[in-house]
Amino acid sequence: MYGDRSSRARRVIAVLTGLQLPALLLGVALGVVALSPDELLGALADMLRGDTSSQAALIVGHIRLPRTLLAAACGTILALCGAVTQGLFRNPLADPSLIGVTGGASLGAALVMVLAAPAGLALMLGLVSAGAFLGGAAAVVLVYRLATDSSGTSVATMLLAGIGITALSGAAVSLLEFHADNQMLRRISLWKMGSFDNARLPELGLAFGVTALLCTVLPRYASALNALLLGESEASHLGVDVARLKRHLVAWVALGVGVSVALAGTIAFVGLVVPHMIRLLTGPDHRYLLPASALAGALLLMCADTAARLLAPPAEVPVGILTALLGVPFFMSLLRQRRQFGLPAA
Amino acid sequence: MTTLALHDASAGWGACPVLTGISLRCKAGDIVGLLGPNGAGKSTLLRLIAGDTDLLAGSAELGSKPLASWSSAARARCIAYLPQASSLTFPFTVSEVVALGRLPHAGGRQCDMTLVEWALAATDTQPIANRLYPLLSGGEKQRVQLARVLCQLETDASGGSLDGKLLLLDEPTAALDLRHQQDLVALLRQLAGRGCTVLVALHDINLLSSLCHRVMVVDRGHGIALGTPAEVFSADFLQSLYGTPLCVSTHPTGGYPLVFPQ
Repeated sequence: MYGDRSSRARRVIAVLTGLQLPALLLGVALGVVALSPDELLGALADMLRGDTSSQAALIVGHIRLPRTLLAAACGTILALCGAVTQGLFRNPLADPSLIGVTGGASLGAALVMVLAAPAGLALMLGLVSAGAFLGGAAAVVLVYRLATDSSGTSVATMLLAGIGITALSGAAVSLLEFHADNQMLRRISLWKMGSFDNARLPELGLAFGVTALLCTVLPRYASALNALLLGESEASHLGVDVARLKRHLVAWVALGVGVSVALAGTIAFVGLVVPHMIRLLTGPDHRYLLPASALAGALLLMCADTAARLLAPPAEVPVGILTALLGVPFFMSLLRQRRQFGLPAA
Repeated sequence: MTTLALHDASAGWGACPVLTGISLRCKAGDIVGLLGPNGAGKSTLLRLIAGDTDLLAGSAELGSKPLASWSSAARARCIAYLPQASSLTFPFTVSEVVALGRLPHAGGRQCDMTLVEWALAATDTQPIANRLYPLLSGGEKQRVQLARVLCQLETDASGGSLDGKLLLLDEPTAALDLRHQQDLVALLRQLAGRGCTVLVALHDINLLSSLCHRVMVVDRGHGIALGTPAEVFSADFLQSLYGTPLCVSTHPTGGYPLVFPQ
């Protein structure tokens, strides 16, 4: 009987795992210049031999493979962070981009960009990530303090705090644009819309390092997160050290969102839409929700990035705009149906 | 064997104690009822023992160790606590909620499943095992939470002794119908028979009278009476406690005192 949902959850995870490689290959093959399966395999074989002279190998190795991989990493991070944030707030509307964590991370990154503009590019990446981490962490702590007490989370306060932080970070970024030179303006606009086209080796290294870290660490909190959904004191009666759990989760979410913001800008709603759809399939048990969300997030952003390149060639629709177009109607329908999903009233 | 020993204990938040000078000693197999007007401090006493509230003065021992020296994990294997209300809004199924009670124990999947089945049967929640918790009625939710707490109480599926275990229940019958109230009484007697100590806060004074070996009356943060229901339930005492006219009679077959409004 209660094996029912867990065996279904395992099937969902298996299917999502199986879809990763096809999505990656599609992402690499499709674009302004579409590659046939033969060309794709040839290019991959060339790359393995270290030969990047052919046009196909150049497209695959320098452009499409890195950005598709970055999309997968950011999708994994954002979906995991969304699922964990929702568990932490005990509220399925608590998406990092809605409650201001993404905004706080953007603000942190923007400040670093102003202050550290003359630094070299590699150093810049590290500094911007650190700034985004600190901004994101400050935002989660602030929103949590404002919106949550022993009786639960106030949805209204949580979303309002998110609006405030997002507005503040928007103003700061505008100020930055006002002062920026051409090169910085390009960085900023890329980052505001959310895009994967600046994927190079250092970016990929950072993205996959953090993805691997989060995928290893966060599932260990699955049972404690399940207990936390019962309520904070109930979780502590079940032997969970709640204060420590919250500190850890805040730090991991800030790290994930911060790195994703630093690398690919604001990609909204992935952390809301993915865990929610997975919850409909597997139920809210974090032991299945976390891995399934990670896989589905990777899949969604790989497909979204591919779609972004195909929608209006040769121009690219920034992927952040695409996820917002998908996510906003979804969010509205969640707000409408809050009772049906067992959400507390605001 | 003494499961719980409170001596002159005060508890509360910050500087102002909600409870002062509480002394209570419970053995294995005791069923002790907490009675008192709204806001008297019954829930705070349960929270003190569950580790939610700080001990401000006096001593509180669980087993033979001070309560504060227990790690939260060890305490969770020893104390199971059913709070008054729950705030779970995520769409877990009933059996998933009940299985959360197994979190403190590492008995293996088979043992956990056996105990979940047992707890579902014991609380008559088996027919709703696959329904989603947030869509249940208040009484059904209360029975599901009770099943979760029962699951937490058991170390393994052997059905052996529960010596040293402590079950804390805060208004467990508030939303239950008569049949499920009586089921709960039988269940608690059975657990006490296996050595479990039960501490239960109840407003239903007649249910308390039929169930408990001893009653502790709490008023404005003080323990003002402790004894068997027959010793404690005099009309004069209860009238002054609640400030409303009452009369006391005896149950025709059970022999325990019954209390009615006049």
